[in-house]
Amino acid sequence: MKTESVLERMFKAGHLAVTSECGPPRGALPDKVREKAEMLRGYVDAVNVTDNQTAMVRMSSLTACILIRQMGLHPILQMVTRDRNRLALQSDLLGAYAFDINTMLCLSGDHPHFGDHPMAANVYDLDSIQLIQTVRTMRDQGKFQGGDEIANPPKMFIGAAANPFADPFELRVRRLAKKADAGADFIQTQCIYNLDKFEKWMEGVCKRRLHENLFIMAGITPLKSAGMARYMQKKVPGMDVPDALVQRLAALPKDKQAEEGITIAVETIERLKTVEGVHGFHIMAIEWEQRVPEIVRRAGLYPRPTV
Amino acid sequence: MITAERKPIQEIINFVSPYKNLLLVGCNECVTVCSAGGRKEVALLSSALQVASMKAGRIIHIQEMTLERQCDPEYVEQLVPYIDQADAVLSLACGCGVQEIARRFKDKMVFPGVNTKFMGASERPGVWAERCQGCGDCLLGVTGGICPIARCSKRLQNGPCGGSSKGKCEISPDVDCVWQLIWDRLKALGLEERYEAILPAKDWRSGRGGGPRKIVREDLM
Repeated sequence: MKTESVLERMFKAGHLAVTSECGPPRGALPDKVREKAEMLRGYVDAVNVTDNQTAMVRMSSLTACILIRQMGLHPILQMVTRDRNRLALQSDLLGAYAFDINTMLCLSGDHPHFGDHPMAANVYDLDSIQLIQTVRTMRDQGKFQGGDEIANPPKMFIGAAANPFADPFELRVRRLAKKADAGADFIQTQCIYNLDKFEKWMEGVCKRRLHENLFIMAGITPLKSAGMARYMQKKVPGMDVPDALVQRLAALPKDKQAEEGITIAVETIERLKTVEGVHGFHIMAIEWEQRVPEIVRRAGLYPRPTV
Repeated sequence: MITAERKPIQEIINFVSPYKNLLLVGCNECVTVCSAGGRKEVALLSSALQVASMKAGRIIHIQEMTLERQCDPEYVEQLVPYIDQADAVLSLACGCGVQEIARRFKDKMVFPGVNTKFMGASERPGVWAERCQGCGDCLLGVTGGICPIARCSKRLQNGPCGGSSKGKCEISPDVDCVWQLIWDRLKALGLEERYEAILPAKDWRSGRGGGPRKIVREDLM
């Protein structure tokens, strides 16, 4: 074992892992964090905590992670390289580890263009792959990126993201290989709606045997309505929502669409369980955390194994 | 070249309205090529300022000059015979030219008439696009001659983010995804394997991260 991470233990015990996410509030509201995280207790192995997602100011990921850790749950610290340089990122990792947070996710983050501070400077001192390298160097060599020794280096289980649906498609397996080479331990993918394309990507991943050293979690986001499906299809960059799925929701009356969205999520998990190289599921129920337990139960992933 | 765009006329009027005698100085280099601050633009702006001041009931005297290169002390020296008659200087050169005038003429206020934008190239008539950020440690040899520092919205050095769609960047359909361009070029050159070499964390000291930069060539001193 490289770390104390519960996620690492889950993977290495051969279980399908389950994670979900908690977006921190846009205010100093610790109870909001606790409320969202509490809904997930017992149904997921760890909880991703987003870092100013969609480039909007929110309570810091690290702070929300500490609150969640203090509840006895296991947070996954998301870190984007958009807002902080390598000094700030590394110091936050020391802080996180000091609070017994041992799992993190390296991201570049949405461009400020999309958020509530489009006038902000974007930092990008590191890119996501360089952040992975930095965290691995801290853990395995006990050194900061600048080369100095760390007293009690943080032992982080290192996650990264992958979007099999972005272009150029033929580069997406190579990009994953690069993340593995940089030191990623696990991957959480973009939300999967186009299962055929995802499976094609996974074939490429397995052909290069990347799945042998990299635990890949399939991203699942339940659709609340046909409107949400259309929005994701048309407006969200790098998202692939097939027309058939939009039509399946649109064919139902509005008050039945949410239920169908949950059913689609469960069906997606059932199908992907059989795909070689899939090691778990990352359920991103955006402002819909209360439905995660039901998805986990219906998909046959409950109760969670203890490791 | 260094590209620039003329400032809004009202901003320029606000700068110069307290002054009666203005020295308006263009530059014959980059800002001429991008039609922002050459001889022609000096003449046009001069007329516009004359009209605006007449409308406001003021009189303004404008001397027009266009130097060969405003970032070069040798040419800035050519302003010496004219500077005493001016209360202020309005420069249509890039920021380098404006600062060269400020350095040479210590008791004269100088205003910029253009916004200096970026180091770029002309894509087609009337369109210029950024190509280089002067990071001081050129990567073009490993990225197929296309720069991700200048041309990726997140300056990602190891490949496209999840927002690359049909060759375009997630921030705008008008912006190419530079990693799509790099990948297409590596493929055309038969150098696909190059993509998989990780570019480690960049040392920004060679760029602006190390403070204001200087080139010293002792062989030329």
